Amino acid sequence: MRRLLSVLEFYLVGYRRTWRGSVFGSFLLPVLYVVGFGFGVGHFVDLGGRLGPVRYLDYLVPGILAATAVQVAFGESAWPVLSRFLWIRTYHAMVAAPLRIIDILGGSLLFVLLRLVLTTVVFLLVTTAFGAVHSAWALAVPVVCALLGLAIAAPVYALSAQVDTDSYFPLLGRFVIIPMGLFSGVYFPIAALPRAVRWLAYASPLWHAVDLCRAATLRGVDLPWPTVLGHLAYLGAWAGLGFWLAMRAFQRRLAI
Amino acid sequence: MPDPLIHARGLVKRFGDFTAVDGIDVDVAAGESFGFLGPNGAGKSSTMRMIGCVSRPSSGTLSILGMDPHRQGPEIRARLGVCPQLDTLDPELTVAQNLVTYARYFGIRRRKARAKAAELLDFVQLSERADSKVEPLSGGMKRRLTIARALVNDPEIMLLDEPTTGLDPQARHLVWERLFRLKQQGVTLVLTTHYMDEAEQLCDRLVVMDGGRIVAEGSPRALIERHSTREVVELRFGETESDDVAGKLTGIGERVEILPDRVLLYADDGDAASDEVHGRGLNPVSVLVRRSSLEDVFLHLTGRTLVD
Repeated sequence: MRRLLSVLEFYLVGYRRTWRGSVFGSFLLPVLYVVGFGFGVGHFVDLGGRLGPVRYLDYLVPGILAATAVQVAFGESAWPVLSRFLWIRTYHAMVAAPLRIIDILGGSLLFVLLRLVLTTVVFLLVTTAFGAVHSAWALAVPVVCALLGLAIAAPVYALSAQVDTDSYFPLLGRFVIIPMGLFSGVYFPIAALPRAVRWLAYASPLWHAVDLCRAATLRGVDLPWPTVLGHLAYLGAWAGLGFWLAMRAFQRRLAI
Repeated sequence: MPDPLIHARGLVKRFGDFTAVDGIDVDVAAGESFGFLGPNGAGKSSTMRMIGCVSRPSSGTLSILGMDPHRQGPEIRARLGVCPQLDTLDPELTVAQNLVTYARYFGIRRRKARAKAAELLDFVQLSERADSKVEPLSGGMKRRLTIARALVNDPEIMLLDEPTTGLDPQARHLVWERLFRLKQQGVTLVLTTHYMDEAEQLCDRLVVMDGGRIVAEGSPRALIERHSTREVVELRFGETESDDVAGKLTGIGERVEILPDRVLLYADDGDAASDEVHGRGLNPVSVLVRRSSLEDVFLHLTGRTLVD
């Protein structure tokens, strides 16, 4: 564990230089969403009354929270990971020290988790200030978002550890990450989707997290415990499988 | 001889169908300064990676500090210092931060890591740059910083893969001078190089590698005595005379090597040999008499020059 934490410490030393910008970004983003979507688009949606008693802003916030976690996770595990293999060769330096692959990968993902929790907490604080959070269960949101982030970051780490060019990342962004954001119930209920397309939502880790986050921040949404556990297990499966793939990919790339 | 720090028998590294290291035997004793000399692709770096416990031998036996690299990799690496061929410094962190974060991988306490970093920056003459970022440093400074980083854990064996490749002459001499100091302090140095002068300056003993095999072993002096003459005459001829130079030179000295740009005449007495060249009516454009070097050993053993 000490070795794994020394890897986390490496990232934290680097983050000490950039944390202000990153936290400011985490603060600005929700403000923009709340004003633009929540108040702007929300005004029209609420006139239609299709969401019942729930304000669009309140409906949107938990979804955007989860979608932001996906963005952070993707951003931390695509280009930065490739560059630590190809250009900076950070991982090669680490593996020459008495670190094991599990220390390197574990410490790196732990840093991603910290970034996720920090971003989510700031987001929650801002949106709570705007009156968009209505339940103490919201405290569970950072945990759900961290798990979701891991479910995205771990498989992307595995990909980044296997490729020699960054040309895959824009494709992954365009054909997986963006569609996932659009069709996972972040902006509208997936019931509005044709039945066939709905399966895409069910397959997407994001939808499972959105469903959990929404139940956590809205008042009076009762998600049955089996559903909660099912969501968590699905996210955990992606995280676990991704971690296993990433371990193998790191092992091969660093040839240890 | 006490137990060697590095002990390899029949060491092989294959990548698919390609055999990078083809059954080498190596022993390195404590306090020794040992070199792998050879051209690019000779298998030096693959050998170094196996010794550094980051690449598993395809066959053969290897033991480092009496341990098995595959099963005890982290324990061994805790006692090695590695200066890789390509820089692996973090360009965004400062010079000192690079050392301290690296020391933490070895479980060195923060306070001690900071003190060690200051001490090592002094050793590699980078104290003034402690708080500047790594990115703008020159190649020579980065290399010295990498050497300092490899020393954070007071290693028993220091592995240096092409430590001065790509550096200008002045920077190379600074690096050599620091490495020589380490050698004097009793650190076991293991290095790869394709520079003759580097091998001659730093190595007590070396192996010449070619095509994954060891073709010769010994001290630089012994290798030269065994595989070359005391002196070499380098002759350059103009266009007109180059046709049958070889024939006309037969019998002078012990051996003649014809290279594309010059002719090397191996003789124990270079001046006498060059007199004889003129005596046979040949008029080289330039004549240089020098002592034999490891370059000549390599040429003799493999029929090729080291740096193409």
